[in-house]
Amino acid sequence: MEETKQNVPVAVRNLTMAYGGTLIQQELDFDVPKGEIMVVMGESGCGKSTLLRHIIGLNAPASGQVLRNGVDLWNCTEEEHDKILRSSGILYQSGALWSSMTLAENVALPLQQFTDYSDAAIKEICEYKLSLVGLAGCGGLYPSEISGGMRKRAGLARAMALDPSVLFFDEPSAGLDPLSARRLDELILELRESLGATVVIITHELASIFTIATDSIYLDAESKRMIARGDPRKLREECPVEKVRKFLNRET
Amino acid sequence: MADTLQVWKLTKSQDGWAVIALSGDWTSPNAFPSGILEEKYAGVRVEDAGIREWNTALAVFLFNLSKECDRQSITLEMQGMPHGAAKLVALSKAAPPKDLHKSLEVPHFFELLGEKAKGTYDSCMVGIGFVGELLLSFYHLLRGRARMRWIDVWNEIIKAGPKALFIVSLIGFLMGLILAFIGSIPLKWFRAEVYVASLIGIGMLRLMAVVMTGTVMAGRTGAAYAAELGTMQVNEEIDALESMGISPIEYLVLPRVIALTLMMPFLCLFADIIGVLGGMVVGVFYMGLSSLEYWQQMSNTTRVNDLLVGLFTSVVFAVLIALCGCIRGIRCGRSSDSVGQATTSAMVSSLVCLVIATAIITVITVNLNI
Ligand SMILES: Nc1ncnc2c1ncn2[C@@H]1O[C@H](COP(=O)(O)OP(=O)(O)O)[C@@H](O)[C@H]1O
Ligand SMILES: [Mg+2]
Repeated sequence: MEETKQNVPVAVRNLTMAYGGTLIQQELDFDVPKGEIMVVMGESGCGKSTLLRHIIGLNAPASGQVLRNGVDLWNCTEEEHDKILRSSGILYQSGALWSSMTLAENVALPLQQFTDYSDAAIKEICEYKLSLVGLAGCGGLYPSEISGGMRKRAGLARAMALDPSVLFFDEPSAGLDPLSARRLDELILELRESLGATVVIITHELASIFTIATDSIYLDAESKRMIARGDPRKLREECPVEKVRKFLNRET
Repeated sequence: MADTLQVWKLTKSQDGWAVIALSGDWTSPNAFPSGILEEKYAGVRVEDAGIREWNTALAVFLFNLSKECDRQSITLEMQGMPHGAAKLVALSKAAPPKDLHKSLEVPHFFELLGEKAKGTYDSCMVGIGFVGELLLSFYHLLRGRARMRWIDVWNEIIKAGPKALFIVSLIGFLMGLILAFIGSIPLKWFRAEVYVASLIGIGMLRLMAVVMTGTVMAGRTGAAYAAELGTMQVNEEIDALESMGISPIEYLVLPRVIALTLMMPFLCLFADIIGVLGGMVVGVFYMGLSSLEYWQQMSNTTRVNDLLVGLFTSVVFAVLIALCGCIRGIRCGRSSDSVGQATTSAMVSSLVCLVIATAIITVITVNLNI
């Protein structure tokens, strides 16, 4: 039993989320096993980003639990907490780059703080990670000097800096051109393939959902519950909820 | 343990290729051995001679190797590599590197000097232009065409007036107290204790109350203006206003200038009263005057003009503080760092302006006997 728990990077148990008295979502319950690519879908404002904030430990649940590798984020020692955070890479919806640092410095910061690699090695890693997201040669630029899509990709490079075992992406392809979006999908698949990364991703890009997702959940804004769960390719055809089918088929 | 770490061995094959055999654990990144391909080779082939574990470290090595090969325009064969690593390297090279023409040369001393001088000149011109724009928007306001919301003025009034009252009165009270204490030293030599009331009356009303109020407001409100507008600049909120045809000067600066200009005289008046009370506390409890004596002495020697000069100065201060804060905020750069700089320089420049203005006003009014 313990053994299997350890292998679940993210487990959400009966989670209810609220801002003050405002209920956002209730009774969420799902697992993301190792190596899965879980897509979180739903209309804007239904609480997807909020769910992400709960899973990465920025917000405390109103009730229920968030387990990471079997450890309750809000009921564990500080070391366990830090270890969990360090094993997660997060891409925020707006990129959230540190504006007073260059892109290379943004990627380098977690490496400098949490590893003992040499400066030269860190520099090479930064260059490589930036190249992976298609920003080769841009390391010397400041966030204010690049476009929104580039900021997103730089945020991705930073999220991958420490080779995290779990990656969280908040609408990574919003603001990306189709080519970059396609490369991003390939990158996500490759990270899972070669490094065994687990990915939780919020996205509306249907093409990307059908390419990469191995599992998905749909959060409903009205009932404030999870109303569908499963492989999106199957949900598209045979989900009992009409709303979800429409979402996945792009109908109105 | 050491022998399990990453190992690479380069051999030259008969056909002139470099064969690099990798083994061990490729899990901790080291700097790339840049001299690895010093000799001229026909091509490079990497082979797996027992790679146990690998992660980014291997990908970074291959990435650098492939860049080196590109530089020498020779082919790199990675068939022997773990599939994932080769794929990652291919992905990382999918988008061509951008050529950035950022000059990294250290400029000459005179170049720096010239740039500094030009920067100072530019910022003076910006300041003047800013004042001009502000006057123009004030004219728009008088003709009822300014794009400004009175609710904003009201909000700023609340922030700059009632919310500043406590700190201003605290400082005013203490200033009155301190001034009276210090004044009591020489006055005692001449047994002229009663003149402490004149000292407080003239000193507080004319100068100390307004200077202290100005300093507090520069730190409290001027800096807040710079931080607010600076953050808006960082978030492109000011661009959003401008692109809609709404002048940020009218919409953001004007309400703040109006609010602060309306509130400063009241704050100053308040500080005057509280400061006089502070002086009275010292006069009565420390120097043995009666409160009637204190009051009579003050009203005999202090003129209405003293009060008016102080209030006039407070209006000048209000405009200066609001202007310095808003200019620095609007001219803020695009990073969190520059918001800090904007706040600091708003504070510094408004204090400098206050001191200069005080000097000018004092010299003029004293000479004209006002
Ligand atoms: N910090 C906050 N305080 C209060 N309400 C919030 C906060 N952040 C988001 N909300 C509300 O929570 C809901 C979900 O937001 P969010 O999770 O960002 O939606 P999305 O699914 O589009 O990512 C929205 O209705 C939003 O108004
Ligand atoms: Mg969101």
